[in-house]
Amino acid sequence: MNSLIFRTIAPLLVAVMLVFSVFVLLRGHNEPGGGFIGGLIAASALAIYGMAMGVDAARTALKVHPLAYAGFGVALAALAGVLSILFDVPFLTGLWTIFELDEVEVAISTPMVFDIGVYFVVFGTIAAVALALEDEEGGA
Amino acid sequence: MEATPAIAIALVVLLPFVAAALAPLVYRLVGDFTGWVVALVPVAGFVALWGLLGRISGGEIITVAWPWAPSWGLELSFLIDGLSLTFALTIAGIGAFILLYSGAYLKGHKQGRFLGFLLAFMGAMQGLVLADNLVALYLFWELTSVASFLLIGFDHTRQAARRAAIQALLVTGFGGLALLAAGVTIYAISGGWELSAAGDLTSHLAYPLLVGLVLLAAFTKSAQLPFHFWLPNAMEAPTPVSAYLHSATMVQGGVYLVARMTPHLGGEAIWNLTLMAFGGATLLWGAIAALRQTDLKQMLAQTTLASLGLLILLLGAGTELAVTAAVLYFIAHALYKAGLFLVVGALDHGTGTRDITMLGGLRDPMTLSFIGTIMASAAMFGLPPLLGFFAKEEMYAALAIGQFESLLALVALVLGNALLGAVGLALLIKPFMGQLLPTPIEPHEAPVAMLAGPIAMGVLGIFLGFVPTLAGQLAVAPATSAILGVPVETHLKFSVDLLGPAFWLSLATWVLAIGLFLRLDLGRSLLRRAATTIGWSFDIGFDWLYFGIVRLAGAVTRLLHHGRLELYLFVVFALLVVAAIGPLWLLDGLPRGPQTLDLRFYEWGLVGLAVLGVVTVVCARSRLFAILALGVQGLAVALLYLVFGAPDLSFTQFMVEILSVVILALVMTRLDLDTADRRPLEDWARDGGVALLGGLAVTILLWAVIEGPFDVRLSTFFNAHSVPIAHGHNVVNVILVDFRGLDTLGEISVVMTAGIAMLALIRGARRSKRAEIAPVEPAPQRKRRAARKAAA
Repeated sequence: MNSLIFRTIAPLLVAVMLVFSVFVLLRGHNEPGGGFIGGLIAASALAIYGMAMGVDAARTALKVHPLAYAGFGVALAALAGVLSILFDVPFLTGLWTIFELDEVEVAISTPMVFDIGVYFVVFGTIAAVALALEDEEGGA
Repeated sequence: MEATPAIAIALVVLLPFVAAALAPLVYRLVGDFTGWVVALVPVAGFVALWGLLGRISGGEIITVAWPWAPSWGLELSFLIDGLSLTFALTIAGIGAFILLYSGAYLKGHKQGRFLGFLLAFMGAMQGLVLADNLVALYLFWELTSVASFLLIGFDHTRQAARRAAIQALLVTGFGGLALLAAGVTIYAISGGWELSAAGDLTSHLAYPLLVGLVLLAAFTKSAQLPFHFWLPNAMEAPTPVSAYLHSATMVQGGVYLVARMTPHLGGEAIWNLTLMAFGGATLLWGAIAALRQTDLKQMLAQTTLASLGLLILLLGAGTELAVTAAVLYFIAHALYKAGLFLVVGALDHGTGTRDITMLGGLRDPMTLSFIGTIMASAAMFGLPPLLGFFAKEEMYAALAIGQFESLLALVALVLGNALLGAVGLALLIKPFMGQLLPTPIEPHEAPVAMLAGPIAMGVLGIFLGFVPTLAGQLAVAPATSAILGVPVETHLKFSVDLLGPAFWLSLATWVLAIGLFLRLDLGRSLLRRAATTIGWSFDIGFDWLYFGIVRLAGAVTRLLHHGRLELYLFVVFALLVVAAIGPLWLLDGLPRGPQTLDLRFYEWGLVGLAVLGVVTVVCARSRLFAILALGVQGLAVALLYLVFGAPDLSFTQFMVEILSVVILALVMTRLDLDTADRRPLEDWARDGGVALLGGLAVTILLWAVIEGPFDVRLSTFFNAHSVPIAHGHNVVNVILVDFRGLDTLGEISVVMTAGIAMLALIRGARRSKRAEIAPVEPAPQRKRRAARKAAA
């Protein structure tokens, strides 16, 4: 899209959206949000980036094929489930460690890792489709 | 050293499979000597089985079982009795010569794969005759069909070979399904998977069904009328395959099945008469068809049909003498027929042709082949003192007992044997006697590996003929006992009763055979003319059925998968209407509808916004505008969610709406569509009607859901446990990533797969578009590489 204003604003917008998507992802367990919605926001950010700067720039920014992110996400989610085997509990049982960091309670858990996997799957898939559709010339 | 039964079974059934996997590797190591190496596998099996012969002929029955699937009550159980041992020894013994022969026959070819297939077949066939468990029996049965498919189609570049392979697989695989059904039925009746424990099944209600299923399996495998057509076509396979699978062993699988089932199903008229009728018909059909052929291999294939029919006929007669004759004939036939096939392969190898009218006077250049043929043909002709003679004497004696059906069978037997005898004479005299005819290749003798089999089998046939009592004690009587289910003593002895009816019938057979041989050319031309006049064969019938099914499938597919998007959508939404309203209407569950509408002004505003969006979609002139209006409607709904207390849902709805608008707009700009919608009026009315009905149906359904009692068990559970055990306040998210994590894992896999599919679609559409514009030069790279190779 050949608009100077859009091209100037887009990187800023994209950066804010990406940070926001991570925020939404991480707060999901206790407030509205989560991996799915976070992934959608991130994918929208990438779609905007692609429109503003061109598909090739968006692909370069991603480093790897967007579907690779999706595959990584499925693998991560599955890994979060498999981790339970180390503790001799059923597949996908939630495992938690909660510790104090500077008087703030921080919780690391397998459901969180699982949710990050969901985030990557949604982001990767939607981004792949959006970029392929935006791409006028080359192969997807 | 005597092998224990378990080791013997492992050597006989499992070792060939292992060797099959290793055969290509062996070929890489020893090259053309592979045949000699892998032939050791059946030799080891033969030796192991031979060690058990004493115990079996003493009346013992040995069972071996390993746990297989204990939770299903399945054991991999094997049973060695006279019947299975006779078959297993034949398979191993002939198999050794076949492997040896194949190595020489395919000299210089890549034979690793071929020998591997043969070995795998051997293991499957041994499993088939030794298995006691019905599931294992079915498994090995189908494995032999698969191996046969691979071997017939070995020369897969020829269309005829591919067709024959598919035909054989379809026919025998179809019979295999019948066998599976029979196995399940027997399990349902007897409560166990072991056939040996099934007992007598003749009095059960399902007996006629069982007979039908078992005979269907046996007749397809053993190529009985009307399933005989696949066997002559299977001669597309390399000659050692024809010798081994399609005369001596695999096609005998059906005969084996009938014999094995005789104690459980035999003795009733429906069993005996069906077997005799189909067996007799196949005997005469094959024997007559053999006269019509000029290709040596085809002649042998047709006589194999006849011999299979003869065996089925004898098992159908079912008396002690008849069954003894069947076992004797099985052994004799396996020896002489495999020998003949191998000699034909040697002739083909040595002269370059298999046409009987083009061969003559080969006794000098191919003396050893000639000797092998003499012994095999004599057995086929039934000359004393060969084993074939005793088999013939025995079957005549069995049926010359005066009942109507056995007399009819006797006539068929004499006629069939005479025809077979004539073919045997032709096979010996035409190619070897008379003047030496010019052949495509200068006639030369085959290598020793190719002659070892015919000579050894011929000598064995003669040897056994001299010691019929020994053969009777070791194999025939134990096998007969196993088939009849009662102990049988052998009565075979080395003598001929010159006054008995059997001998006179043999004499008549010989005279008839010689007469037929002298009139062979006339008979052939008459039969050929008859075949052309009829113009139809079972083979053509198979094609008709086969392509009929393909055409039917095509027609059904075209009917349902017509490729018209608007019709797909119409059908989907129309069915949605039916599915949503139909049950509610029929079961009297239509909702009463909202009694009062108590909405605040801003809620009314949001509803109004949504309605405005929908109306705009319908009225919009351009597609892009319609997409944007759809987004407005979606955002209004998202706001409604927010107002009614579902922030999560609303959040997601916002994002989904935005992305939908973006992606829809992108898709629409890609498709070369009219900017506006120009449907004719009737389409417009149809689509609009379905759309309205669909909306109405979903509304009614949702109302009905709301009006029904709300089951709070799940929400109570999730609300109560979300924080204490899952450490999360957002119940929706906790359900997604923890309580129902497995569902989510499945869903994200689907999301990713759908993404891959979408990319493929987008790419495919793009490629076809590009192909329309500029056709791509096919594989320029390969051309360049070939040019470089030529230059080098």
